[in-house]
Amino acid sequence: MTQILEINNLTKKYYNKVALEDINLSFERGKIYGLMGPNGSGKTTLMKVIIGLHKQTSGSILIDGNPLSYKTKANVSYMPTENFLYDNFKVKDVVKFYEDMYSDFKTEYVLQILKDINVDTEFRVSKLSSGLVGKLKVALALSRDVDIYMLDEPLNGVDVLARDVIMDIIVKSHNENKTFIISSHLVSETEKVLDSVVFLKEGRLELSGDAEELRQQHGLSIENLYKEVYK
Amino acid sequence: MEFNNNMPIYLQVMHRLKQDIIAGKLKPGDKMPSSREYSQELGLNFNTVARVYKEMEMEDIVYTKRGLGTFITESSEKIESIRFEMAKELIENFVNGMEQIGFTKQDMLSFIKETNLMN
Repeated sequence: MTQILEINNLTKKYYNKVALEDINLSFERGKIYGLMGPNGSGKTTLMKVIIGLHKQTSGSILIDGNPLSYKTKANVSYMPTENFLYDNFKVKDVVKFYEDMYSDFKTEYVLQILKDINVDTEFRVSKLSSGLVGKLKVALALSRDVDIYMLDEPLNGVDVLARDVIMDIIVKSHNENKTFIISSHLVSETEKVLDSVVFLKEGRLELSGDAEELRQQHGLSIENLYKEVYK
Repeated sequence: MEFNNNMPIYLQVMHRLKQDIIAGKLKPGDKMPSSREYSQELGLNFNTVARVYKEMEMEDIVYTKRGLGTFITESSEKIESIRFEMAKELIENFVNGMEQIGFTKQDMLSFIKETNLMN
């Protein structure tokens, strides 16, 4: 089991705030990680530093043993929590856009997912319900062929039924070569697919470990453990 | 299948499979779905299912034929011992539960006879 992503002594400061402080984490290939914590704990900042949208203040990030570069960035598929899709685009235009943007994009794969979940590619993004937008964003992110996938709150703003569909897409897209990092407030709905969890608290690493071991050790679900840690 | 997130999920899957084997829903020599297929069916991470299969193989409840898949044991002795283990667990739970509401073991035996639960 190789370390596909290593985070060493990572600190990210803004002029008036420390967003991440001395984070040390390593991520193994083939596992699904839950990145958890309340708003402002640093989850999104961490993802953005990994993808290279923000530069760290100090510390290092290695992807498959290599420091951050345009090549390593290309090996990470990031789905932000915001809806970044152009309202006027039809779904098929968005797919084409991704196809043009990313050489690793698997058009057939995303079209199959969209077909399975009944998303009409002729629809304009602005006309899609929040559930469908959520599904589309996840499907697009998971249709790239890379080593690391980071989904920032994939279940946000999505109705209960659509959440099940999204979890299903995640499980089906996963294999032993891919590492998923999923941040979510909805711990109870994501926890059963997680191999490991990482809890951030005020920019610091509070806890990390194998999900099943934590359940065994504490006799608690990850959700209940979360409540303990953050109360 | 619904999961109780307060305890390891792989244990719950194993428990369910053992129940299916004893109930005859899974027959000796039956082929299990691949860990990938089964994980998708259950909505779980395939690592969890892979672990289930691995643990069950260590307990000799299933065996893997390279390239062909994972199969339920054909040993009727093994299946009997699984049945025995599960029965033991159920009795232990029963005894614990009854003790908590004030029954002694003797009380429990009399109670079972009196209420005709064994008829």
